[in-house]
Amino acid sequence: MKGGGTVASKKKVFLSFDKRQKIGGFLFTLPFLIGFVLFFLYPFIQAVIISFNELVLTSTTFELQWQGLENYGYALQIHPDFSRVFTEVLVKLAVELPLIIGFSFFAATILNQEFKGRAVARMLFFLPVILGSGVVMKLEVTDYSLMMLQHLQESSSMFQGDALRSLFEAARFPAGMVDFVLDAVQSLPTVIRASGVQILIFLAGLQSVPREVYEAADVEGATGWEQFWLITFPMLSPLILTNVIYTIVDSFTAMNNELVLLIRETMLRGAGYGVSMAMAMLYFLVIGVILFIVFSVLSRRIFYHV
Amino acid sequence: MRLFVKERTKKFVVSLLRTILLIGISYVILLPLINRLSTAFMSVEDLYDQSVRWIPRNPTLRNFRLMWEHMDYVRSFGRSFFLAMFTSVLQLITCSMVGYGLARFKFPGSNLIFGLAIFTLVVPPQLIMVPMYLNFRFFDFLGILKEPINLIGTYWPFALMSFTGTGFRNGLYIFIMRQFFKGMPRALEEAAYIDGASLFTTFWRVMIPGAVPGLVTTFLFSFVWQWNDYLYVTTFMAGRSFLPQALEGAASKVHRAINEADALAASSGFLDDHFYSLINNAGMILVIVPLLILYIFLQRYFVESIERTGIVG
Repeated sequence: MKGGGTVASKKKVFLSFDKRQKIGGFLFTLPFLIGFVLFFLYPFIQAVIISFNELVLTSTTFELQWQGLENYGYALQIHPDFSRVFTEVLVKLAVELPLIIGFSFFAATILNQEFKGRAVARMLFFLPVILGSGVVMKLEVTDYSLMMLQHLQESSSMFQGDALRSLFEAARFPAGMVDFVLDAVQSLPTVIRASGVQILIFLAGLQSVPREVYEAADVEGATGWEQFWLITFPMLSPLILTNVIYTIVDSFTAMNNELVLLIRETMLRGAGYGVSMAMAMLYFLVIGVILFIVFSVLSRRIFYHV
Repeated sequence: MRLFVKERTKKFVVSLLRTILLIGISYVILLPLINRLSTAFMSVEDLYDQSVRWIPRNPTLRNFRLMWEHMDYVRSFGRSFFLAMFTSVLQLITCSMVGYGLARFKFPGSNLIFGLAIFTLVVPPQLIMVPMYLNFRFFDFLGILKEPINLIGTYWPFALMSFTGTGFRNGLYIFIMRQFFKGMPRALEEAAYIDGASLFTTFWRVMIPGAVPGLVTTFLFSFVWQWNDYLYVTTFMAGRSFLPQALEGAASKVHRAINEADALAASSGFLDDHFYSLINNAGMILVIVPLLILYIFLQRYFVESIERTGIVG
């Protein structure tokens, strides 16, 4: 009798734990669920619908006029800039993505070392996130004097593009590769300024690699190079995925992304809401496909430390 | 002895290389800020003067004075500050709650919800801006309210979105908070439960105090991004002047004012792109400085939180 009682009460404790897990999880995430449906899913579905329509605003409400696939056709075939800007944005991303990931990884390993002024360096590396967003970025795109100034500085002091090109050509590198390298060098300042959050994420990851692993490797006589490739790199590989995704999303949604500007322009004074929504939808579909490919390719190669 | 010397040279070379690299990178990072600062204090003649590079020959506060006046700085600052403050506090509360729910509770659909949070981050906000506008312009709560109300031009859209964790980049904050809570020890919570604390008491009294660095990071992100945000503010508050709108509109206001005061100056080509650049730079400095001050105050927590977060999935 007594024994039965204990079993029952144990069961009850277990059940209540399970229940607590469910109720707690539900309660804590409830605000987001409501918000997701009201302020994300609902507008998202509306955006899909609008992209097949023409939107007419009246003083009291709005009307939709069915257009079918016309908006999409217009965006892809008739609009003078859309396809060109779209490809340019994709190419730019393809050049910058590996550089951003590489640079932020590298910067995080440096900032993780012990040296004087480390706190100041960390603060500086994150500064672009504070400075380069929203309206500041938007005005920067249209500030011709500042651009001229920067162009002058960069062409005069830092990057001698032509000299580099002739050097590479003398060494008989293939032209495509030369272009890629030169593009990469030209976009270094952009890359450095776009890496703030990624550095932060890698840095946090580096901090969480247990010291004992390195100590064991030291005892076994592994060199620094081997330690990097056999310990640090695999331990951080999940974060590479995180950062690749963050970088893609960040570059696709930035205020100075030319396609974003084009979509906004189209919406406000161009071909109207329907077309701009169709453009945004195409854009989002491509982002989605790219993210999916990246995710499925990378996630198979990732080492998960348990 | 030789080995010792070799070791020391190696160390020296490494630290030298590192210092050079760090200085180079810092230069690239600081260059735009320095450019902006120096142009903001220049007069127009300095910009044309080839021999002036960093330090203006005729330093002037005129750019700042003009912008201060025409951005209506004190009032736009107040509005922006209020907006950024209240949205980030709301976002902080919601995102830490949702993050905690996702980090500590196993329930059916928890992975799905986490996936949805990341999904909101992946969709460009520009995509849903028009429907969002319509949604708030004719707000009827999915048809529950009979008469739709107009929430455009009020703080309600921001409040509702922040409170439900769907504001600008809130998916990222949920992600950060989830990772932070995941890295905290379970023992404290379990002790609290055994002592009979409820779910919310445990969360407020036990988890939140331990998560201060993570909260500060999230707060900083959310404040900064809201402060600089252009898209949401212009969509939901078109008429009102917040700092971003004030900054954008100020140049043409200055133009008009100078035109009215002195038609000669306007016709002599004095008001050109370069002049706009000067005053816009001064304006940007005015927008950025409060953020820099905030960052300097919070960076201690911030660096600490880097050391403590296990942002590892």
